[in-house]
Amino acid sequence: MRRALAILTFLLPIGIAQAASPAEILESHTAQAKQENPAFKGFSAAAGDRFYHAAVKHSSGKQLSCATCHTDSPRNAGKHERTSKEILPLSPTANKQRFSDSANVEKWFKRNCQDVLERACTAQEKGDFIAYVLSVQ
Amino acid sequence: MPNKLARWTCLIAASLIPSLVAAQAAKPATNSAATWKTECAACHMAYPAGLLPQRSWQKMMSGLEKHFGADASLSPAVTAEITAYLVNNSAEKNTSRRSAKFLQSIAPGETPLRISDTAYFEKEHRKVVAETWKLPKVGSKANCNACHSDADAGEFSGKNTKIPQ
Repeated sequence: MRRALAILTFLLPIGIAQAASPAEILESHTAQAKQENPAFKGFSAAAGDRFYHAAVKHSSGKQLSCATCHTDSPRNAGKHERTSKEILPLSPTANKQRFSDSANVEKWFKRNCQDVLERACTAQEKGDFIAYVLSVQ
Repeated sequence: MPNKLARWTCLIAASLIPSLVAAQAAKPATNSAATWKTECAACHMAYPAGLLPQRSWQKMMSGLEKHFGADASLSPAVTAEITAYLVNNSAEKNTSRRSAKFLQSIAPGETPLRISDTAYFEKEHRKVVAETWKLPKVGSKANCNACHSDADAGEFSGKNTKIPQ
């Protein structure tokens, strides 16, 4: 019976995606942040709040921030700046899918940092951003 | 006891094999369509593959980092999967009259990236006045759903079309 169980435990995870909690996804940025900055002191929701709302001048001439598409609060549904397509809330309390899949989180950081800041974000910025989004209840 | 164990093991393994084989066999068609829909429709309507030729989709999918001014990059594996889906369902592979019309309207040397840049799209929308395209509910020629209520299902016929006022 134990052997059968062993086989079952081996076979069952096939095809099941790796799920993570928002806290685990936040924590996964710590190692990278330490590597980028030996003086790293942790992530800050307050810094994430400033980062989220800070409008930067894009080379297209537009003033853009995270809030341009995601609205003033991560709890709200947003709207794609170009296509007007609805964007579901960023906050996991409003949308359980958020920050549950590490690859998906990194996919969107790569795209959105490039689209808004025209550069990649640092691990510190990403961690602060997540800390802020998770702090908004 | 060892006999019972072996029987259990065989039973469980045997019952799992068909479902695993079926999942593997069904994977390419169903999953790539789902991947296409999920990824493309994250930002805009998932435009039906049959509305552009294969070469258009290949060009588009090879430049996702600068996709109409936005970074729409995907992992190499997902990019390859969606490209294969689009090519396999492109206007050349689609037997509908609409796909044939789109194909005929595109010169062999042209590789349009916008469906709205094709002559057939222009012809079909010749009666739509400039003011209509500018309506807030419409916004742009990329917003098929503004007038074609079943556009998401690939339906663009007249009976499902209503121009907002």
